Amino acid sequence: MTSRKARTSASGHSRFSFFLSVWKDGVPQGRHRLRRRFFQLHHRPGGERQKQRRVRRFGRETSADRWLVQYQMEMMRSLRHVNIDHLHVGWYQSTYYGSFVTRALLDSQFSYQHAIEESVVLIYDPIKTAQGSLSLKAYRLTPKLMEVCKEKDFSPEALKKGNITFEHMFEEVPIVIKNSHLINVLMWELEKKSAVADKHELLSLASSNHLGKNLQLLMDRVDEMSQDIVKYNTYMRNTSKQQQQKHQYQQRRQQENMQRQSRGEPPLPEEDLSKLFKPPQPPARMDSLLIAGQINTYCQNIKEFTAQNLGKLFMAQALQEYNN
Amino acid sequence: MATPAAPASASAATPAPAAAPAAAPPSVPVPSPTPASAPAPSPAPAPVPAPTPAPASSSDAAAAAATTTAPGPTSASAPAPAQTPAQSLPGPALPGPFPGGRVVRLHPVILASIVDSYERRNEGAARVIGTLLGTVDKHSVEVTNCFSVPHNESEDEVAVDMEFAKNMYELHKKVSPNELILGWYATGHDITEHSVLIHEYYSREAPNPIHLTVDTSLQNGRMSIKAYVSTLMGVPGRTMGVMFTPLTVKYAYYDTERIGVDLIMKTCFSPNRVIGLSSDLQQVGGASARIQDALSTVLQYAEDVLSGKVSADNTVGRFLMSLVNQVPKIVPDDFETMLNSNINDLLMVTYLANLTQSQIALNEKLVNL
Repeated sequence: MTSRKARTSASGHSRFSFFLSVWKDGVPQGRHRLRRRFFQLHHRPGGERQKQRRVRRFGRETSADRWLVQYQMEMMRSLRHVNIDHLHVGWYQSTYYGSFVTRALLDSQFSYQHAIEESVVLIYDPIKTAQGSLSLKAYRLTPKLMEVCKEKDFSPEALKKGNITFEHMFEEVPIVIKNSHLINVLMWELEKKSAVADKHELLSLASSNHLGKNLQLLMDRVDEMSQDIVKYNTYMRNTSKQQQQKHQYQQRRQQENMQRQSRGEPPLPEEDLSKLFKPPQPPARMDSLLIAGQINTYCQNIKEFTAQNLGKLFMAQALQEYNN
Repeated sequence: MATPAAPASASAATPAPAAAPAAAPPSVPVPSPTPASAPAPSPAPAPVPAPTPAPASSSDAAAAAATTTAPGPTSASAPAPAQTPAQSLPGPALPGPFPGGRVVRLHPVILASIVDSYERRNEGAARVIGTLLGTVDKHSVEVTNCFSVPHNESEDEVAVDMEFAKNMYELHKKVSPNELILGWYATGHDITEHSVLIHEYYSREAPNPIHLTVDTSLQNGRMSIKAYVSTLMGVPGRTMGVMFTPLTVKYAYYDTERIGVDLIMKTCFSPNRVIGLSSDLQQVGGASARIQDALSTVLQYAEDVLSGKVSADNTVGRFLMSLVNQVPKIVPDDFETMLNSNINDLLMVTYLANLTQSQIALNEKLVNL
């Protein structure tokens, strides 16, 4: 059903919407081996997770949020009636070409993870899936990041203290699909009956559009990153300039005082340096972390994609050689 | 939505659930269903304009008419009579003339839900029922979603929590407003008398509901999936009975759905029914292995034909011909240049991606100094 939802609105190219849904789950097993069910990309896993859907746009007013919460509560109550596992385990979201590392995601995931220890966010990429293979990844926030979020303190010092790099923001959880026996029977039945012609999109060579889009997004992010770096540089320059000015002022003061002393006049009062020289505002570090994380994701996607394409090109070459 | 006055487009399958029937001529609903005699694909045009507004109005009438059987949307129970119940209503929405039988297009999600709810049923329940949601088309009915409804069934009575069903439908409607109630499903092999009652409840919700059975008890060693629609039978004027006529079931997939299904089908082959998601190059390898298998089957067939084991078939031969010709014939030099430029592009992009990653790592280090 994720695919369905994402299809009906993320036609993928102009806009995208987030589909947040709640997963309900029984007790997840030890090492986060989350079981998922059979292509209920609606995710109703055999015995483990269950999901309900709701559409949500970020930035809506709270009245809509209240409606959503109500919907969620009602749905969970109803599902409990039919013995479906109804414990929350997280949420899922569709993404457009892999751009999901945003502040909003961080906040949502933090609130989920804070409330429920094992919650995850599933990222589903409909465009990549349409290219041949299911692209579903599960992420959680690292404990380090959780602590920083808890403090709500995103200043550079706190982040430096926490020693957080962009690689340590999210940790990926491996996904395993497990089906019950009855579902297996169903699958055999479907295979016999519904012989859908395999379209082999996975082996299609005409996917440069995807790569182009990815690169475009990467370029945008890199631009943002460079702006951010410029800001940081100016900040550093300003601070150092200020330090120099402070130093100079202090020296002048001392000289004056010495002169006055030599002349026998009372020394000038010490002025509060901090009032004279206000330290400049350090730039927010969280945003640049997010951007770096996003760039990282894009790069990884691109690398995966190019690896696949290289393989396909070599296959095409083999075919041509045989032909000649 | 075409008004029922345009019969060619609004075939019996699609009376608009709320709106248009009001505009329909208030004709007496024709009780006898005309059997599907018209040719299959095209909607029955002019010859049957009269009955096509009829289903629309009959559903209206059925909804509006005072129900003489057990009323109340909340859990209603009625003693299941020994024979098929007398329908004193002017019939649940009549099938009308649909040429060749309607096609029900199922998405695999539905079957998964049904099996899942069967696996989670209460103790002692022999079967589960639920509502089917989806959209109606000119010829086919596409079922895209479903949810299960709690019900109790015993020897002589059936209780269905219709309140629950209504609530769930409202909730679902909020998320996907295009879905309508199309009918209901039940697990189990046969259609029982209780099914008739439940079907009647559903005919109040939806015009011409579909009944889907999924045989989870695996009789005959298969899980048979069948769909039915109810038709009236009997002597007109006397007690009318209800008969369930089968419909063709086809499977429909969205593209991405199909990819998901393919992935999940792989659990059939693993010992403990567990699979993980594979990485990029593995997928290409898997796909090419599949093509290799297909090719070897084709080769086997060709050799059999050559050695005379199998008689040659011209259509297959034509397909083989088009298959072989699909490999484009390109001058080798041109192909070399194309291949090389593509590979260069990809390598360059990989290099740039790696460079960017190292850049941001460096930036991170610098900032944290």
